[in-house]
Formats: sequence, structure tokens, C-alpha cells
Amino acid sequence: MNWKRSLIGAAIAIPVVTLLAYGLTQDPRELPNMMPGKPAPEFALPVMDAENDSIRLSDLRGEVVVLNFWASWCVACRSEHSILYDAAARYQPRGVRFYGVLYKDATGFARDWIARMGGQNYPNLLDPASHMAIDYAVSAVPETVIIGPDGKIAHKQMGVVTDSLMRVKLDSLLAVVDK
Amino acid sequence: MTRLLGLTAVTTAFALSLYGLITIVIGVRTRRPHLVRSGRRAAYANFAMLAVATVAMIYALVMHDFSVSYVAQVGSRSTPVFFTVISLWSALEGSILFWGLVLAAYTAAATFFTRDRLGALGSYATATMLAVGSFFYLLLVGPANPFRLVSPLPLDGPGPNPLLQNHPLMAVHPPLLYLGYVGMTVPFAFAIGALLSGRLDDTWLKETRRWTVTAWMFLSLAIIAGMWWSYEVLGWGGYWAWDPVENASFMPWLTATAFLHSMMVQERRGMLKVWNLSLIVSTFLLTILGTFLTRSGVLSSVHAFTQGNIGYFFLGFIAVALIFSLMLLAGRSSELHSEGKLDSPLSRETAFMGNNLLFSVFTFTVLLGTLFPLVAEALRDEKVSVGGPFYNQMTLPLCAALLFLVGVGPVLPWRAASVKEVKKKLILPGVAFLLAIIASFALGARHPYALLAFGFAAFAMVCNVGEFVIGAQARRRAHGESALTALGRLIVSNNRRYGGYIAHIGIIIVAVGIAASSTYSVEKEATLRPNQTLAVGDYTLRFRQLWGEEQPHRFVVGAQIDLLRGTKEVGRIDPRLNYYDSQEEPVTTPAVRTRFTHDLYVNLMAFDRDAGHATFAVWIKPLVGWIWTGGLIVALGALVGALPLQKRRQVTAARPTEVVAA
Repeated sequence: MNWKRSLIGAAIAIPVVTLLAYGLTQDPRELPNMMPGKPAPEFALPVMDAENDSIRLSDLRGEVVVLNFWASWCVACRSEHSILYDAAARYQPRGVRFYGVLYKDATGFARDWIARMGGQNYPNLLDPASHMAIDYAVSAVPETVIIGPDGKIAHKQMGVVTDSLMRVKLDSLLAVVDK
Repeated sequence: MTRLLGLTAVTTAFALSLYGLITIVIGVRTRRPHLVRSGRRAAYANFAMLAVATVAMIYALVMHDFSVSYVAQVGSRSTPVFFTVISLWSALEGSILFWGLVLAAYTAAATFFTRDRLGALGSYATATMLAVGSFFYLLLVGPANPFRLVSPLPLDGPGPNPLLQNHPLMAVHPPLLYLGYVGMTVPFAFAIGALLSGRLDDTWLKETRRWTVTAWMFLSLAIIAGMWWSYEVLGWGGYWAWDPVENASFMPWLTATAFLHSMMVQERRGMLKVWNLSLIVSTFLLTILGTFLTRSGVLSSVHAFTQGNIGYFFLGFIAVALIFSLMLLAGRSSELHSEGKLDSPLSRETAFMGNNLLFSVFTFTVLLGTLFPLVAEALRDEKVSVGGPFYNQMTLPLCAALLFLVGVGPVLPWRAASVKEVKKKLILPGVAFLLAIIASFALGARHPYALLAFGFAAFAMVCNVGEFVIGAQARRRAHGESALTALGRLIVSNNRRYGGYIAHIGIIIVAVGIAASSTYSVEKEATLRPNQTLAVGDYTLRFRQLWGEEQPHRFVVGAQIDLLRGTKEVGRIDPRLNYYDSQEEPVTTPAVRTRFTHDLYVNLMAFDRDAGHATFAVWIKPLVGWIWTGGLIVALGALVGALPLQKRRQVTAARPTEVVAA
């Protein structure tokens, strides 16, 4: 046994162990929320039932934007409908832009769904190839992205939004705009 | 009662493993054989204790004894008995118990079969296995104790994780994985035994070859079964996602595969000694690392079912094992001289070294991708995730090169080949390579790696099948045997070699299946009303209706679909969603129709009960069935290679050296 050489072995082992030890102190569950603070990916998408009309994110700079990814086949989206409806009714007059983004769904079903739910008070964007959903790392609907006036993602909600969440996030962003 | 019995058994096992470890080390150091023998008996008793503990746990599960913490965690009165029994490995504590059982069995068996034959090497090997064991039994007594008392007594439990009770493959995948993973402890222990005892010839290699091949067989089967489970349950139409925990099972497989090849170079030529020791040490450490990643929640993964402070225990164990083995290896490296040298660049040794180089790069790539998020976070405080594109870009060239070597290796002789002979042997495979590429191009394949894969697969297939043909023909000429007899006797006469070639054939089939299904699948998604149809490829799906069924442990919603090819009705399929009480999100059961050339894979994505319509994702994936078939052939090859068919010949062959030594 050559003990001097064996120290080389130990020297190789220690950084590996240190890295793993560091890993233990971190929470991997934070990963899905990596979006906040990053610039919101650009999009230009047609508006449902007004196909000649399209919305471009860069045109909305300086405004607070709420994007709700949803689908008619999504059960949780039904319970979210009234929350978003109320939030849009309250905040659209104050300048917040609300858009639904149809996720992996056919426009026909979406129209039926909106009619059955009693209407929707904001426009829907069509993302037929899911490019936008990929850019925004949507893994399941519903997901809601709130973009601040600086064009950066202020919040990404995976799953159903709550009334209080919408109030807290939008009020604080509007406070910045008003300043 | 059951709880106390189990608790006593695991506590005794912990004490016994420490006792065995200490007595063996002292016994060898002070040359007191009775101490070594006593330590060995501790290893046998250890196995008995683990068997008692496992039986106690299964009994408690089946009897719904909710006073036992593990039963309260994964048991449920409504879960069918089959899934109740296999929920032994559906959560952390039970998995560790099962791991302990498998390890104790391997330890007892490997100790028994090598007792009194290998002196200090064997004794140290047993001590190493007991040391590894003592860590797992410590977990069972401490942070992963499945026999804790639950009070007040619950009336019922939540049942196992729905994902793990949705398919019978869950009865197969985890045990195979543990048999493979834990099995790698045996060659590791004998390698450590060799390093500690200073007996650095190839004794440890020869003694553990069958153990290694067997463990490798189980690990191969486990990976294939895991892919199959993912394909049949998760409903995304795929079988591999480079998830950290998939990688964790794959990395030791890569190093073990490299080891299976490079060990032959040491046996034949006395080369690569340090390398072989490093490979088996890496394989073992990667199995522990894999478990650490799964069980500690260091990396985000769909497999990270449980978390807890167990991570720190694993970290401590990895640290000790890594530092100990690397120090030992580095310290002994100067005593490990290479006996032979490369005679020619055109030889089987070179092919094996190429193979090892590729496997090492492959392992490193996967390890890098798996740990990179951790490194990036540590150094740059950045959250990144490494996905499929990285791995595919990095590993596809490696796969193509390996596939090429699978063909070239068997054709090349040891030491040095004559260029002329190799050329002659490679003509037919070369023709097959070209024909396969032309044929796949004509059939519409355009993806460069897929074309390369089909070409090299044909090449390697002809090379490997050719070895059987050439060998069997020689026997027919020499002994006048019938073709089948000649083939059978050929395999038996050198089962190790031909088992290897059978495994090659399996790997080639798997490679073709992966190349075809990952590049040429057709995907469609649609929402259908009753009696609406959807055409995918030459199939037409007619959605009939939704149905629901209340089962004891879940509620099942299915979509009845008539399947047509052209206008002819060929069958009915029912993709389903299963709603378990313990989880809001349903677990899917896609309808998979496997045919020789393709799979039709239909997943029910969502449905609207009021409107009666349903959304489906439909895939037609070519040659998926080849992956599972190929995997079975790989295992068959390993089995053939591991069978002790030539014991008698080895003994007679060994005698002259013994005489010389005496």
C-alpha cells in the first residue's frame, strides 16, 4: 500500500462529496418556478373569432398582462373561470390586459365551453402548434402568467389561481405603473 | 407482535453485520481462522433475520396491521391483495427492507460459495458486503424504520402511490432492479477484498464473473421493464426521458457493460488491471449514487416518491465508500503491473478498449447531464434543467459507434489479425450495411442517425449471426452433426462467448426498435364526439362512448373505441383514466396494440361527462415491440453466459498450474 498515492484518491473524492452535500441543502422543487424575473418570451398570436386581429407582446410594453392557458377539456379550468371573470371585470378598467390562451384544443369546443360557462369578458389567443405554451414552459393547464410593465414575468401560477392571489399580484404591479 | 418480531429481526441483523465485520477483520489481521468462521456464520444468520423481517412485513401488509408504520403509510383495505403484497417496495422504508433482504441473500450466497477457498481475499469480501449491509440495516433501525408503532391505530390507510398500483409490471421492475443493483455489490466486495489482501491477480475477477453477469442480466431486464412500465402507464407514448433516476439505473449498466468486456482483456492478456478495479468500484458507487438521487430529493424527478433526512445517511455512506475505495485503489495502483501489451491495433483487445472508451464517455456524459443542474446551481446560482436534446445530441454518435463495434469485435481475433482475413470476414456485413441503408432510404427513412443505426444494425447482426453459422458449420464438418445439434453443442461448448453474442443480437434488436420508434412515430390529438372518427396512418378510430366503473380501490372511466383498418373492423380498444381516492390527478391506462411492425397507442387525455366528448392522443410507433423482445434476448444471452456449463473442463485445465505451483 502506497499511502502517499492514496491521498490522491481522497483528493478526487472530496469535491464530489462536497457537491452532493451542497445538493442536499437545495430544494429541487423550486425548478418549475424558474420563470419569474425573466423577460417574458415574445409572441404574436391571432385572436379567436377575429382571425385578422393579432396580439403582439412587444406592443403591450408598459402594461400589466395576464395570460391564462386553458382548455375546454380541462376540469380545473371550470372552477377557475369565475375567478378570472371577476378579476378581469375588476382590473381591465384599471388597464390590466387579460388574455386566454387556448391550449391543445379546438376552437369549436372552446366556443361551446365559453357559451356554457356564461361567457368570457376578455379575448382568447390561438396557439395551434403550442409554440407559445412551450416558450412559457406550460406543463399542464390551467397555468397563469402575469407579466409586469417592464416586460418581465412577475408570477407564474401552475394550477388554479385564487382571488386573493390575483389581488395581491395585480395591485402591487399596478402600484408600480401608477408611480 | 408482528411489529416487534420485525423490529427485533432488523435490529439483530444490524448487530450481526457489525459483529461479522469486526470479527472477520480481526480474524484475518491476527490470523485466527475461528473468528473468520464466526463472522461468516453471522453473514448467514443475517440473511435469516432479513428473511424473517420481510415475511413479517408482508404478513402485516396482508393482514392490514395498521399499527405498523409502513402498513399505515402504504396499506389500504380496498387495495387488491396482489398490489398489497408488492407495495412492499412502493415506498422508501419497504424498499430499503427489500434491498436489505436481497443484499443479505447475496452476501450469504457469495460467502458460502467461496468459503475456505480464497483466504484473506474472500474474508475481506464478506467483510465488505457486511459493511455495506450494516449501512442498510442502520437505515432500517433508524431513519427508514418500517416497523415503527402507530398510535392511535388507524382504521384504514391511503394505499400505495396510485402510479405504482396501476400495472402488474410494478411487481417485476423493482425486484429486478434491486437484484441488479445490489448484485453489483458482490464483484465490488471481491475487488475490495483483492485490494485489501494484496492478492491482485485475476482471482477476484474469475470468482465473481458469474455474479457480475447475473447482476448485469437483472439490471438489463430491470431497465427494459422500467421502460415498458413507463410506456404502459404514464400515457405519454414514450419509454425513456433521460430523467435523473432513469439515468441512475443506466449509468451502472454502462460501466458494468464496459467491465464485462474489459475483464476479458485482463483474463486473456493480464492488462487493464487498475481499469477493471476502477470500473467495478464505479459501478457500485453509481448504484449507491442512483439510490441517493432517488431517495434524497437532491434532483427533481418523477421517481422521487419519498424524501426525508435519509439523504444525509446516504451522503455519509457515499463519502466513506468513495474515499475508502479511491484511496485503496490509488494506494495499490503501483503494484498493479500490466503483463501484456498491445500487439496490433487490429485486434480484439483494441476493439474492447474502444468499447470501454465509448462506454466511459457515455457514462460521463450521462453523469454530467444528471449532475449539471446541481453544479450550475452551486457555481452560478442558476436553475437549469438538462433535457432530451442534450443527451440525444451527445449520445447518438456514441450509440452508432458502439453498434459498429458490436459487429467488429466478434470478428477480430485476439492479439493480431491479418488484414486480409478481416477484410474477407467483413465483406458480407459490409454488404448488409449498404443494403440496409438503401432499403430504409427506399422505405422513406431520412434521419441520418436512423439510417446509420439501421445500417450498423444490419452490419453487426450479420457479424454476430455469422459467428454462429461459421462455428456450427465447422462442427458439422468435423462431427457430422445436424445443423441444430451443431448449433446447440457450439453454444454449450463455449457458452460464455456465445452467450455474449446472443446478448449482442438482443442489443441490436433493441437499437433498431429505439431508432425506428423515436424517429418515425406519427402523433395525432383530437377531441371526438360519439361516433366521430379519427384517421391516423391506415387506422381509423371511431369513438363510441364513455363508460364508468366503480372498483373497490378506484373509479375507472373508459372510452370505447372501434378500430378499423380501411373499412374492416379489426377490434375494440378502451383507453382508460383511473381515479384513486388518494390523488386528484387520474392515472392513465393507455390502450396499446402491439404488432410486429408497429404499436398503436391511444391515450384518453380528458373527457367531458356532460357533453360526452373525449380528447385522445394517438400514436403509431414503429417497432416498439422490438425493444422489449430485444431486451429479453439480451437477458437470455446473459443467462447462457452465466450458466456453469464448463466446470469440469476448467478444473482439468487448472490442474497443471497447481502442480507447477506446488
